[in-house]
Amino acid sequence: MTPALRQAAAAAGAEPAAPPAFDVERVRRDFPALDQTVHGKPLVYLDSAATALKPQAVIDAVTGVYSRDCANIHRAVHLLSQRATAGYERAREAVRRFVNAGSADEIIFTRGTTEGINLVAQSWGRANLREGDEVLITGLEHHSNIVPWQLVCGQTGAHLVVAPITDDGEVRLEDVKARLTDRTKIVAVAQVSNALGTVLPLRPIIDAAHDAGALVLVDGAQGAPHVGVDVQALGCDFYALSGHKLYGPTGAGALFGKRALLEEMPPYQGGGDMILSVTFEETLYAEVPHKFEAGTPNIAGVIGMGAAIEYLEALGVQAAEAHEAALLAYGTEVLEAIPGVRIVGKARDKVAVLSFVMDAAHPHDIGTIVDAEGVAIRTGHHCAQPVMERYCIAATARASLGLYNTREDIDALGRALTRVQEMFG
Amino acid sequence: MDLRELYQEVILDHGKNPRNFRFPEPSNREGQGYNPLCGDRITLRLQLDGDVITDVGFQGSGCAISQAAASTMTEAIKGRTVADAELLFGQFHTLVTDDGGPEPNMDTLGKLAAFAGVGEFPMRVKCATLAWHTLHQALEGDDASAPVKTE
Repeated sequence: MTPALRQAAAAAGAEPAAPPAFDVERVRRDFPALDQTVHGKPLVYLDSAATALKPQAVIDAVTGVYSRDCANIHRAVHLLSQRATAGYERAREAVRRFVNAGSADEIIFTRGTTEGINLVAQSWGRANLREGDEVLITGLEHHSNIVPWQLVCGQTGAHLVVAPITDDGEVRLEDVKARLTDRTKIVAVAQVSNALGTVLPLRPIIDAAHDAGALVLVDGAQGAPHVGVDVQALGCDFYALSGHKLYGPTGAGALFGKRALLEEMPPYQGGGDMILSVTFEETLYAEVPHKFEAGTPNIAGVIGMGAAIEYLEALGVQAAEAHEAALLAYGTEVLEAIPGVRIVGKARDKVAVLSFVMDAAHPHDIGTIVDAEGVAIRTGHHCAQPVMERYCIAATARASLGLYNTREDIDALGRALTRVQEMFG
Repeated sequence: MDLRELYQEVILDHGKNPRNFRFPEPSNREGQGYNPLCGDRITLRLQLDGDVITDVGFQGSGCAISQAAASTMTEAIKGRTVADAELLFGQFHTLVTDDGGPEPNMDTLGKLAAFAGVGEFPMRVKCATLAWHTLHQALEGDDASAPVKTE
């Protein structure tokens, strides 16, 4: 266990220590999806890394858009459109606060992290990458931070370079530094690994990349919900996140980009809402961020994402983090105590993810058996096939945590895994 | 939901100790199967003499369902004609997917009838049919370069 985990575990043991008090039972009542049985057992939801459950506040915000403020944004003078636009822009301000950007103009709404990365790869990448240039990623990346770069490398003649991971699932700063050259134009790196839970040493990686003259994009899909972010303190050039991992609706996310970069970049898609004026001869684009928001967006989804952020802020992000850290420590103990279970990914700095394999059973069989016990986990390669290859496995079972999980949830997982042993052992 | 319906003894046994888990020598047909969703992989080789599958074996890795399906399939088709094997595939497919085909004959299916419970687990149907799709490809094809996929 890491010092941070030990500290968090100690804090959880000596409750109520962490200020402000985190009342998980009260939090659970905010999430209606938790109040159900599956296969006759109370639902134990341990798949928040795939998508997090949604609090009532988010559901109400989305319902409110469709039942009251149902109008298009930025277009009409009528009151409903004004309300929809105000809600949409209030969500932009919520995201700005959440990532601590200097200006809301630096927040572009997207469908999610995947679209944010594709936007940067296609807009910035195609305009700036040349033959022989290098894009540096790490061995921990999700497919969504690999494939967009492969595409733009294919289009520009740039090369993809990969910094390896260690047996424990860490990315060492020196392995990144060793691959930074004067040809490195951008470093694209996860904040937290979705497959293993590793927290990457972002600040030193960003500093090293900037020293080498490269930009840095951070894939914050897993980091934003579990460790938070301050883009100004980090100094990253782009930061992509997904609303649905942050207890918001699916299909809405955000991309932070430094204003000077966004202003230089060409539009990603053309269409309505991203223009100043259009004639058949020439089109003038709108200012950022609207230049990157062509077409009618997922208005309700974005407003729901804003409500999710406001919910998290009211709850206290740090208290939630401490709660999750204590649970991760407890889950690690529980899984390690089951014979034949091996945890994959033992980074010292790690959050919210327990990836594991069992001697007796394939992950897919584990998933089916624990599901029958009411426990929802993910099995497979987690869209991170290179990570699986690194450990010479086809798949893992992955239990991932959200702020509504409890020690009882972990105990239920432990009991379900004992069922797997009984059946396959 | 009764897990024993899915994980019957025959399936657990063949999953743990797959039969014909080797490549026949000689062999003149090969098929490759891959399920990208869960990473199950199998390579199937067989010796076709005229119309008869005289030997068959496989290698691969995956969940108990996919390995047991491959194992029981090799037992079921060894010594049978291509037409018989395709007929079995049709019955097996109906058994696990309820695809509207004629009621499968449990006597014909023999051990394969153990997969009847798979239909209750839609996410696992692909695991059970991977080996059979791979067989189909091996029998059809001269071109085994493109692996069949079930997802």
